[in-house]
Order: sequence, then C-alpha cells, then structure tokens
Amino acid sequence: MSKANTYHPSLVRGLWALTVRELKKWLKDPVMLLMLVIQPLIWMGLLGKSMNLGAMFSASNLGNIPIPEKIPIPGNYIIPPANGVVYISGTLVSQMIQQMFSDIGANVMGSVFGVTDYFSYMSIGMISMIVMTTTMFSGMSIVWDRRLGFLDKVLSTPVPRGAIIFSKVLNATLRAMLQATIILALATIFGLQVSSTFTLLNILGVYAAVFLLSVGLSSVFLAFSIRSTRLERPMQIISLITMPLMFASNTFFPISLMPDWLQAVAYVNPLSYLTDALRQLTILSLDFPKLMTDFMYLSGFAIVLSSIGIVLSWRYLSK
Amino acid sequence: MAEEVIVAEGLTRVFNKSLVAVDHVNFSVKDGEVFGFLGPNGAGKTTTINMLITILRPTEGTASILGYDIVKQTNEVRKVIGVVPQEYTADEDLTGYENIILCADLYGIPRETAKKRALELLELVELIDFKDKKVETYSGGMRRRLELACGLVNRPKVLFLDEPTLGLDVQTRTATWNYIKQLKNEYNMTIFMTTHYLEEADALCDRIAVIDHGRIIVTGGPEELKQSLGGDIITISIGENADISDLIQSIENVKEVRNENGSYRIKVESGEVTAPLIIEALRKKGYTVTRLSLTKPTLNEVYLEYTGRSMRDAEESKEAFRAQRITLRRARAR
Repeated sequence: MSKANTYHPSLVRGLWALTVRELKKWLKDPVMLLMLVIQPLIWMGLLGKSMNLGAMFSASNLGNIPIPEKIPIPGNYIIPPANGVVYISGTLVSQMIQQMFSDIGANVMGSVFGVTDYFSYMSIGMISMIVMTTTMFSGMSIVWDRRLGFLDKVLSTPVPRGAIIFSKVLNATLRAMLQATIILALATIFGLQVSSTFTLLNILGVYAAVFLLSVGLSSVFLAFSIRSTRLERPMQIISLITMPLMFASNTFFPISLMPDWLQAVAYVNPLSYLTDALRQLTILSLDFPKLMTDFMYLSGFAIVLSSIGIVLSWRYLSK
Repeated sequence: MAEEVIVAEGLTRVFNKSLVAVDHVNFSVKDGEVFGFLGPNGAGKTTTINMLITILRPTEGTASILGYDIVKQTNEVRKVIGVVPQEYTADEDLTGYENIILCADLYGIPRETAKKRALELLELVELIDFKDKKVETYSGGMRRRLELACGLVNRPKVLFLDEPTLGLDVQTRTATWNYIKQLKNEYNMTIFMTTHYLEEADALCDRIAVIDHGRIIVTGGPEELKQSLGGDIITISIGENADISDLIQSIENVKEVRNENGSYRIKVESGEVTAPLIIEALRKKGYTVTRLSLTKPTLNEVYLEYTGRSMRDAEESKEAFRAQRITLRRARAR
C-alpha cells in the first residue's frame, strides 16, 4: 500500500475554515444585513427615544399647576422682616420652581441612571441585548448542521473536534462584535452623549467585554443543544433563558431600584457586568476599580462556561 | 495484491440499550475492491458505515481500516478515508468551488494543492462550468457529483459511499454510476458502499453482503450469488385454496417449492422447459393456473431467497424519507 497522507489538519486552519463558512453565509444575505441595522433602529426608537424618562421632569409638565399673578407673603418672612404683607411676582416664583424641578429631574436621572438622558443609557444596554440574542444562534446552528448531515461529514474528517466547537463560538462572537459596532455607530448618529472620560481607546475595552460575554454565552447555548436533533429544543431553552436574563439585569433599568430578590439575581447575572462595563467605558465617568471587577467577572464567566461547554461538546459530539 | 483493507470483527451497535442495529458483523474488503452492503431501510447499513467512518462508536467489536483501528486510531482512519454521505451536505449558500476548498481545509491540505485539486475534481465530475454558482442552483445529480468531489479531495485510499444514488432518477443514477467507476479507476481506491438498489449493487460491486436486521446473511459476487440460487424461478397461483406443494415437487426438474401466501415459488433447472410441464401436471389433477411468472435469477431473487421478503417495502419508505428531506431543504432555504 502507499504511504500515509502527510497533511496536517490544524486547529487554527479548521477553525477558520468553518467560521468563514458561516460568516459568508450570513454576510451574503442582504436581508440579514438590513435586519442588522433595522432591528437596533426599532429598539432605539421604541425604548430609547419614546420612553424619554428625562422629559418627565421638564418644565412644560408644570404648565397646569396654577400660580397666581401676585403672591402675598407675610412681612415677617421677609429678610430683613417688614411690616404688613408684601407681594412678589408670580412669574418669578414660577421660573424658580421650574428651575428647581428640572434640577431635581437631572439629579434623579443622574443618581438612578448615571446619565441625564435615557437614550444613551438604553442604547448601551442594547449592545448587551444584541450580544445575548446573537450568541443564542450558536446552538441553533449546530442543530442545523446535525440535521443536514453536515456535522457528520465534518466529524468524519480529521479536523480537530475543538475546531468544530470553537467555530460556532467564534462565529457568534464575531457577529456580536459587528452588531455592537453597528449599534454604537447608530447611537452616535442619534445623539449618544459620551462622558468626559471617553477615549477611542475605550472602544477596545468595549470589544473585549463583548468578546468575553459572547464566548461564555455561546458556549452555554451550544452545550444545551449539542445533543439535540430538533430545533425546538434550543428554541425553548432560548426563550426560557433570554427574557429573564435581560430584565433581571441593568440592561434597561438600574439594579438599585429593583426589589431585593431581583437584585440578588441581577448581581450574578453576567449581563449586568457586561452592561456596566460598557457604560463605564462610554457614557459614565470611568470608575476603574469597578471596571476591573466587571472584567474579572466576565473573564471568569467566559473561562468557566466555555470550558464546561467544550468538555460537554467533546463528550457528546460523536454518538 | 489482495491485502485486506477493511476488516470488521464482531462489529455491533446497540441503540438505547435495546435496539440492535448492527449485530456482530464480520467481513473483510480486499484492496481495490468495490464492496457493497445491500439491504432494506433500517437493516443497519448506515449504522455500519457510520462506525467505519468513526462518527459512531461500536458498542462491541471493532474494525480496522488499512490496519488502523476505528476506535483507538480514529484520527489515522479519518486521514485515509473519503466519505460521501447519504444527504446532500454541501453548503447551499456557497459555490461548488468554495465547498471543495472548505473540505480541503478540514483535511489541512495546503491551499495551493487544494486549489489545483478542486479544479481537477470539478473537471472530472463535469461541474467546472458551474464552479462559481451557488449550490442551491444545482440539480440533484449535480449535488451528488459535488459530494463525490468533496469526498475525494484528500485522495482517500478507501472511499465510503452511503446510498450514492438515493433519490436520483434512473437516468441520473446510471450517469452517477459511471462517475463512480471512472473515479475508482482514476484514483485506484477501495470502495465500501451501501445501497438498497439491486441494480446498483449489480452494476458497481465486486462483492456484496446482503444485510438484514443487522446481520450479514450472505456474502459473494453478484454472479456468484445468482448462481447459488441454482436456476430459474417460476411463481404460480391457482384459483383455489389447496396445498399443491407435493404435487409440484414430484414434477421433473423441480428443485424446491415454497408456498408463500397462496402463491408458489418454484425453483427449477430450466424455467422455459419446466413451466409447461407444471401447467400440464396441474391440469391433469383438475387445477387451473391463474397466474404464472418466470424469472431469471437477479439480485432480487437472491434477496428474496435469503431474507424471505422482497425489497419493495423498503423502496416505499425511502420515498417518505425523500419527501422529508425536501421539506427540510425548503425550510432551510427560508
């Protein structure tokens, strides 16, 4: 017989080939690309601009409170005290109240959301949401591959098993990063107010944070659906996990205003840490120790869950 | 050189602890041979092939390919084999060329070699004019050829074909057989294939193993198997309900009679001569032959002889399988 084949299937080569395959499929689809832009636009419009929490405190909302032309003030309240009753102009009082009200508004927004406009708060939160919805497709895609026989074909080649798993993770991660970019760009166009500590270097931090959570989450979704031959299963898991995960976090609303039990959930929810890290890097003034905590948590999450996901996948990839 | 390329020893796979899909199967395939597993749907053909190509672990027993153990040396096995699966696994959103390059990448074939080889293979399966077209525009026969090309990209010593012409029309099927023969000559491979088409086994295989309920029932060359039946087969029915086996048995040249639900399967030396004798003998006893057929031995008879049933049932369930696959493809195309 003849000599053995001298090719060396490598992890990197296989990983890249499989990842490119899926990215190509994805990017060649014009509808998909359109959705990439339209989806965040809808969310930004619906949540960010229409739920304009800051505007609730605007002076125009005071218009119906009647303030008389002349306001009588007993003389002993005047400094220095005077006799009788003194009148001051209602317009002046009205102006002062309006000013105070809007100060209160800004204060409340500042202390609750950390920024004065909800749009900025929300659009950064939306990056977290997109990361989650994108990564969950890693699970769906391996079920598709299994059903179509593609997975079996790949398994019969000497490509390292790790490449098969990592390609799904990497693919989801790259998609999430691209979508984060699109959201950031759109948000900037529509008036994202970055903080004074923001530099272009912070963008790298944003990518790093998105990368870490994507790796962790896509490993989880992958592990859940690795054995499944039906699409229903990953879809059920997705709908079970995603909504609670999104709302039990600071994605759209600050943790500090949640009831205690929900706060407890939000504090272990990795989505909270991603959202916080992203906001620190963009719209809030940077709190370095807090940012470090966020990154430590996200790294831990990524390492632990991708290890679990990969061990499980290895074990269950072949039957 | 008649070295044994594939050797299976007691190969067994049990699903869910009770369903025995493949039951202690032993066989060997010689170098350069086309070896076929013939059997109906659910006989254990695909399960066997999946164990041999290392994507399914045997519950018991093992096999070796070119001396590499399919359980312990999976990576070595994967390097020397090529696989053409039952399904169309090529990515519909990529072009034919891109699909072959993807396969080459999985084997770690250097990019330059891969490019050359992809063109060469596309030329061979006559898809070169469609190389930059998306696979979703390909017909069934073209997809099948692309699968063949992908399976050959690593120049395998052993090629596994799982139902290579499933779902193709008769004309395309014959064309595909020609491609397979041509590729075999070109690359001098050993081929292991499964099929439930008797003509396919007849046309392509040097040796056939008839498999049913996870067991190999008989092994041999197509001619050898047909010869083993020892003659022609006459099937007759009479209008009434009476046992005439003994009567037929007593006729000259009749070797064997089997009563199958009121029709009689009679094995005879020479059908043309014996058929009139049977009709004559029966008329003398007052029976009327209402139906008579004479068959020269084909693999269908071989199959019937050894398993006791026809393969037509399997054909029907394959239709259902095909319908399901079409649905799946539509779903994928969105």
